[in-house]
Amino acid sequence: MPEYERETIEKLIDGKLSWPEVKGIMSAYKDPDRFDKYIAILQDRVPWEDRILLPLGLHLYIVEKEDGERVVRCDCGHEFGDYRENWKLEALIYVRDTEEKLQEVYPPLMHSDPEWIVLREYYCPGCRTQLEVEALPPGYPVVFDFQPDLETFYREWLGREI
Amino acid sequence: MTDFLPRGKGRFAEEYRPAGWDGMTLKEMLERSEELFSETGRYWGVSRLEMKEDDPIRYEKLFAKLRGGLVNARETAMNVSASPIVQEIGELCFALYTPEGDSVALSTGIIVHVHTMSDAIKFMVRNDYEENPRISPGDIFSNNIPKIGDVHNADVQTFVPIFWEDELIGWAGGVTHVTDIGASTPGNVPVGPITSYEDGLDLTANKIGENDVVFRDHEIRCEMGVRTPMFWKLDERCRIAGCHMVRDAVERTIADDGIDTYKQFIREAIEEGRRSFIEKIKELLIPGKYFAPTFQDIPMKGEKGLPEYAAVDSVSHAPLELTVGAAGEFHISFDGANKWGYHSFNCPPSAMQGAIWVLLTQTMIPNDKVNDGAYFATTHEFPPYTLANPTDKEAATGAAWGYLIPAFTGLIRCISRGCFSRGYVEEVLSSYAMTMNAMQGGGKDQYGNDTGILSFELSCVGGGARGVTDGLDYGAAMWNPEGDMGDMEVWELIIPFLYLGRSVKPSTAGMGKYRGGSGFQSTYCVWKTDDLVMQNAGDGNTFPSPGIYGGYPSASGYRHNVLGANMPERFRKHLPHPTREDDPADSEISRCCDGEHLFDTRTLNYPYRMEHGDIYYSWYRGGGGLGDPLEREVPMIEEDLNGDYILPRYAESVYGVALEKDAEGFWSIDAAATEQRRQEMREERGNRAVPTREFLAAERGKITGGEIDGVIRRMYNQSFELSTRWGKWFKEFWDLPEEFRFQDEE
Repeated sequence: MPEYERETIEKLIDGKLSWPEVKGIMSAYKDPDRFDKYIAILQDRVPWEDRILLPLGLHLYIVEKEDGERVVRCDCGHEFGDYRENWKLEALIYVRDTEEKLQEVYPPLMHSDPEWIVLREYYCPGCRTQLEVEALPPGYPVVFDFQPDLETFYREWLGREI
Repeated sequence: MTDFLPRGKGRFAEEYRPAGWDGMTLKEMLERSEELFSETGRYWGVSRLEMKEDDPIRYEKLFAKLRGGLVNARETAMNVSASPIVQEIGELCFALYTPEGDSVALSTGIIVHVHTMSDAIKFMVRNDYEENPRISPGDIFSNNIPKIGDVHNADVQTFVPIFWEDELIGWAGGVTHVTDIGASTPGNVPVGPITSYEDGLDLTANKIGENDVVFRDHEIRCEMGVRTPMFWKLDERCRIAGCHMVRDAVERTIADDGIDTYKQFIREAIEEGRRSFIEKIKELLIPGKYFAPTFQDIPMKGEKGLPEYAAVDSVSHAPLELTVGAAGEFHISFDGANKWGYHSFNCPPSAMQGAIWVLLTQTMIPNDKVNDGAYFATTHEFPPYTLANPTDKEAATGAAWGYLIPAFTGLIRCISRGCFSRGYVEEVLSSYAMTMNAMQGGGKDQYGNDTGILSFELSCVGGGARGVTDGLDYGAAMWNPEGDMGDMEVWELIIPFLYLGRSVKPSTAGMGKYRGGSGFQSTYCVWKTDDLVMQNAGDGNTFPSPGIYGGYPSASGYRHNVLGANMPERFRKHLPHPTREDDPADSEISRCCDGEHLFDTRTLNYPYRMEHGDIYYSWYRGGGGLGDPLEREVPMIEEDLNGDYILPRYAESVYGVALEKDAEGFWSIDAAATEQRRQEMREERGNRAVPTREFLAAERGKITGGEIDGVIRRMYNQSFELSTRWGKWFKEFWDLPEEFRFQDEE
């Protein structure tokens, strides 16, 4: 099984490896220690101390706080609440629901009919980073993209307690 | 589907002799296999992979021999075909199956069919083909019905049973995507059939030959049933030649290694496939629940040529949910999908399975050891009466891809979320592009012959943005990773069109920190035909390739065709002619063409007449974006601008860059001014956005106040009717009464 230097994984995360290098990693067997190295790199990069349990996106993490509470947190430090609830409900939202708003992003004719599909942009209230964009019909519930089973992942797949 | 065909009777029954192993019929073998799987959870109850563990070199050699035989069959047989879809684009594949119909190995190519042909073989087995019409050495069978086992009707399958002494020891299966299937409208993803009776030629797993010879009556039937009989005949011979090469390879392998070894090997290979798939799930993903709904428009309202009940607008709902369990269970559900309709986009379970496999072989199991073992490691839910399982026999399936392709962008996003959380960022993808526009039609070609047209340029669209870089530009199709746009010169030989231009289409890719792969555009002039109808087929009013992690969806389609353009007159007068349309707001086609411009989002329409000198414009979609666009690095945006991948005004409005153009027309970006602009844009976001809970209160008012468009109301009501669970989820989210339903469309 391959094992990569931390520097290689960092470059991979940052998009700084060449395509042949990325292709090499994709074509090889997976490095089983990736998750731990990945978490260690991300942990060193965030400006807070609480432990990252699972990355959820480019800026979001499930974090265990000192009091044991597990929350979704942005790397800027903003907290969205319990990870079992949809973090989007605690975000800021901007909806592109007119042609004018859609044409700030797309040329005329190259976007949805806003009567049928709108764009919902979710921003972090702390740093205003655009965290997700949903393309949904008006009236669709907010999508809960991913609900990880943390206990099972750690205990049964990684073979250790959280 | 298995109950309406009569069983074999009379002389067939009297002369019948089981062809399965150890005196069993094939049906008994299939039932026994299912029983053992149900009892043990393992394929044929295989508990230990004896050959693989005790003699691994021999095991791998056997696999390599069979797999090599399949790839060799594909590479050789494709040259028997004359169709550019097969020869240029590689729309074919071959596979080896067990006697009861489970795939052991398959070639490269349209691997979407790893399981569809399994369904077709099992259909023959369950319907006692062994008794009637008989399965004997030298027989040839053919199928193209998705409700039996296929993706859409133009994927035509050929099967050849493989015997060793008196036993049937496997099946060779081959599939090609044919040029025309003889549907009510021309082409091979016909957008015109509104019932299955208009889907074209029906080959319902028929016996089409004996003693390695095709029945003449079958050939005549097909020649009369499709618009391109020459391509049809050579495609069929291509499939038969390939199947016979596979049969030869299997016979050679058995001659070398012995029949007992072969029998043991094929079951171990499938069981190994099952186990290794579960291992991959546990290696790459995170257990939990993933949800990624996708939508696509089917705008047929007011379409002339269709009856009133079919000439309606609708939006397809594909609420894909993936559940990954503690033991590596992999369950895909479409519970909540809306109802099948009077159009050709209905997608039977076999087609849905096809989509699962073509995507899993490009993500979770990207290696040569692909077989039905992975099928046995997964479960699925395709609710009856929905677009994902149109149980009504009447439902047309000719363009089943129209539901399947957008629906399964959700699977990619689900898998990507797992890979990202696990740290395997190199495997992360946003949504792939729709393989659209389907430039389709038919009539007479430039030689005066009947023709059906579908330019397979569409097999070369943008890939989704990746976790570590941009998506692949105009590079492949979700259904064929070896897809290619084909040479213009070859297309010009077979379709009555001249290319006026082919180039990158700007602003097709979803924007983001990493953008999706770009689409491209082709501008054609209708040439030397006096009888032609054409249509567009694609998305135009929805975003079926959403982004991920803050990236935007790729652009939605539009059409711009010109009737009465009279280009030969412009050529004679040396007037400018269009070669591209980079910006629909500043259209080169509008500037350079007189005539009636069909310039709108009617991107799915019934065929209409076009004439020599008219303009047909076709552009192919880009992939979804990944990450916040304000985080895209400046040098990447400069490359986008100077490579025509983006219209400059969107680099400013979405990426927040400060642009400069030099005297030679090259763009550069002021990094400092860009950083300041981006900070301002972040603040603007805060000013224009509201807390989500505030938005929800207002949105609920729209639902209860009747402000949702009638097409969407109908979509929701259908989902309520077909899934209590989905309806409950929807109503609980919005705190609506259990009996709530939207007011019906007028």
